[in-house]
Amino acid sequence: MKILVPISVVPDTTSKIAFTDGDTKFNEDGIQWIVNPYDEWYALVRALEITEKDGGTVTVINVGDATAEPVIRKALALGAHDAVRIDVKPTESYVVAKELANYAQGKGFDMVLLGKETINYNGSEVGGMLAEFLGVPYISLASKLEVSGGVATVDRSIEGGTEVVEVKLPFVASASKGMAEQRIPNMRGIMAARTKPLTVVPASGTAAKTSTVKYTLPAPKSSVKLVDADNVDELVRLLHEEAKAI
Amino acid sequence: MSVLIYVDTKNGEIKKSSLEAVQYGSKVAAQIGGSAIALTLNAKDASVLGSVGASKVLNVTDASISASDPQKVVEAIVKAANSVGAKVVVFAHDSTGKAVAPRLSARSGAGLVTNVTSLPDTANGFVVRKNVFSGKAFAHVNILSDEKVLSILPNSFPVVKTDASAPVESFSVDVSGINSGITVKEVKGSGSGGAVPLPEAELVVSAGRGLKGPENWGMVEDMAKILGATTACSRPVADIGWRPHHEHVGQTGVAIRPNLYIAIGISGAIQHLAGVNGSKVIVVINKDPEAPFFKAADYGIIGDAFEVVPKLNEALRKFKGANG
Ligand SMILES: Cc1cc2nc3c(=O)[nH]c(=O)nc-3n(C[C@H](O)[C@H](O)[C@H](O)COP(=O)(O)OP(=O)(O)OC[C@H]3O[C@@H](n4cnc5c(N)ncnc54)[C@H](O)[C@@H]3O)c2cc1C
Ligand SMILES: Nc1ncnc2c1ncn2[C@@H]1O[C@H](COP(=O)(O)O)[C@@H](O)[C@H]1O
Repeated sequence: MKILVPISVVPDTTSKIAFTDGDTKFNEDGIQWIVNPYDEWYALVRALEITEKDGGTVTVINVGDATAEPVIRKALALGAHDAVRIDVKPTESYVVAKELANYAQGKGFDMVLLGKETINYNGSEVGGMLAEFLGVPYISLASKLEVSGGVATVDRSIEGGTEVVEVKLPFVASASKGMAEQRIPNMRGIMAARTKPLTVVPASGTAAKTSTVKYTLPAPKSSVKLVDADNVDELVRLLHEEAKAI
Repeated sequence: MSVLIYVDTKNGEIKKSSLEAVQYGSKVAAQIGGSAIALTLNAKDASVLGSVGASKVLNVTDASISASDPQKVVEAIVKAANSVGAKVVVFAHDSTGKAVAPRLSARSGAGLVTNVTSLPDTANGFVVRKNVFSGKAFAHVNILSDEKVLSILPNSFPVVKTDASAPVESFSVDVSGINSGITVKEVKGSGSGGAVPLPEAELVVSAGRGLKGPENWGMVEDMAKILGATTACSRPVADIGWRPHHEHVGQTGVAIRPNLYIAIGISGAIQHLAGVNGSKVIVVINKDPEAPFFKAADYGIIGDAFEVVPKLNEALRKFKGANG
C-alpha cells in the first residue's frame, strides 16, 4: 500500500491572531508552527496504522517554503517514511491542490489521506480539488476507514449521522475525528527523522484563482452580564426579552 | 449573468442551510443583474424555493444521482450552469458542499471561497468575507476567475420567506458514463433522538468535564428537551467516552453558530471557543468565577451546575408552559 498524506503547517492552536502590513498579512511574530491537527492526528496516524498492518509506505507532502521543514520533520518522527516539499509559499487552495496533483499524478498512490480542513484558513477545499484533478473519488469527513482487497469501507460524517460507503482504490479521503488516536513521537522516531529523505521539488507555477485583499477581526464581545445563581428566573427573562434567544 | 444555487436534499426534503444559500444566491443575482436558478436533486417538493428568492427551479429526478456521489452532482451542476448561463455557483458549506464545491472548482477552473459570511463587494472585483482562524478573524477574498464558486457558512444569513413562487422544471442529465466507484452501504443516525443535527441547530446545550461523569448528563438532556435544543460537549468529555464523538464541538470537532449556546461546566479553552464563538448568544454556567469562558459569554451564572441547572430547568419549564 502506497499512501500519500498532504500536511499543512499551521500556527499552534493557542496563537494570538493578529495581522500586519495594513492588515494584509498574518503576523507571524512569535508563532509556533505545528502540523495541522487533522493531518497529523487522524490522516497521518491512520495511514501509518494501515501500513504497519499491511505493509507499504507513507509519504508526507507539503506545499510550502523552507521554513516548513522543521514541522515536516515532526511528521517523519511520527513514522512517515519519506517527505516531499513543493517549493512555493501556499497562498490559496487551488494552487496547493494543483501542485499536489502534479506531483501525485502517475506515481501509483493507492490513496491520499488528508485533513478535513486547515485550522488557519478553514477551507475544506484542497481534498476535493485534488481528487478532481486526479480523476478519482473523494470521500470527505471520514471518521473511520478500513481497507481490504482493493476496496475501502469508510464512515463519512453527514448532518445528523454517518454514511457508510465503499470505494475502490485509488481515492482521496479527508480525515476528521474518530479516524485514529493522536500519537506522540518517541526519541527513536525523532532521531530517525533526521536522516529520512525530504525531497524538495520545484513548483509548477500554477496561477492563483483568488487573492486575499485584507483581514479583519470580529468586534469584541461586550462584557458578560452575570445573573445570581438564586435568580434563574431573571436569566430566563433576559434570554427571552433581551436576547430574544428563546 | 445568472447565479446557480445547488440545493441539497435529505430523503427528498430540502435542508435549511440550502434555503439560506438560495436566499444568498438571489441577493448576489440582484447585485450582478441576473436571475437566481436553483438546482435540486430528487426534491419531493421544491415549491418553497421561490419564496426564498429562486426565480426558477431545475429539479433532477434520477435515482442514480445522489449527494453521496460528488462526481455525478458536479456533472449535473456543470450542465445546468451551462444551460442557464451561470458564472456563479452557490452552495451551503455543509457535508455535501464540502464534498462537491471543491470538485466543481477544479473541474471548471473556478475560484472557490468557502465559509462565506458576506455578500460580495463588487466595487473592486468580487470580494467576499470568509471566516478564518476558526472564527477568530475574517479574510476578505477576491475571486479572480470569471467563474466563481461560493459556499456559505450555515446559520449566517437568516431566511425571510415571501409570497413569491417559482416554476419547477424537470432537468435531466446523463451520468451513465460516470463510474465513481462509490457505493453507499448504510446510513446510520447519530442517535441524537431526532434532535436537529448540531451544525444546523439553533439552540445548543453543551457540557464539559465539570459534570464529573456521564451519569450526570440527565439534567443536560432535560434542558435540551425543554428547549428543543441539541446537546454538545467539550473534547475531553468525548475523548473519555462520556459522550459520543459527534457531540464534540470546538476547533477539532464540529464548529457551530447557533442562536443560543449554553455551556455548563466548560472552562472555555481557546480551542473550545474556536468552534462556538460564532454563536449569537452564549450563556455560561461555571462554579469558577475565573473561568475564561465568562470573557466570551453574554450571560453567566457563577455557581455549582448541580444546583443551578435543575433550578434553571424548572424556570425554563415554567416559561415554556406559559409561552407555549
Ligand atoms: C490542538 C488542540 C485542539 C483542541 N480542540 C478542542 C476542541 O475542539 N474542543 C474542545 O472542547 N477542546 C479542545 N481542546 C482541549 C481544550 O484545550 C481544553 O482542554 C478542553 O476544552 C477543556 O474541556 P472542559 O472545559 O470540559 O474541561 P476543564 O478544562 O477541565 O473545565 C471544566 C470546567 O468545569 C468547571 N466546573 C467544575 N465543577 C463544576 C460544577 N460543579 N459546576 C459548574 N462548573 C464546574 C470548572 O470550573 C472548569 O472551568 C483542544 C486542545 C488542543 C491542544
Ligand atoms: N500547503 C499545503 N501542503 C500540503 N497539504 C495541504 C496544504 N494545505 C492544505 N493541505 C491539505 O489539505 C487539507 C485541507 O486543507 P484546506 O482545504 O486548506 O482546509 C489539509 O488538512 C491538508 O491535509
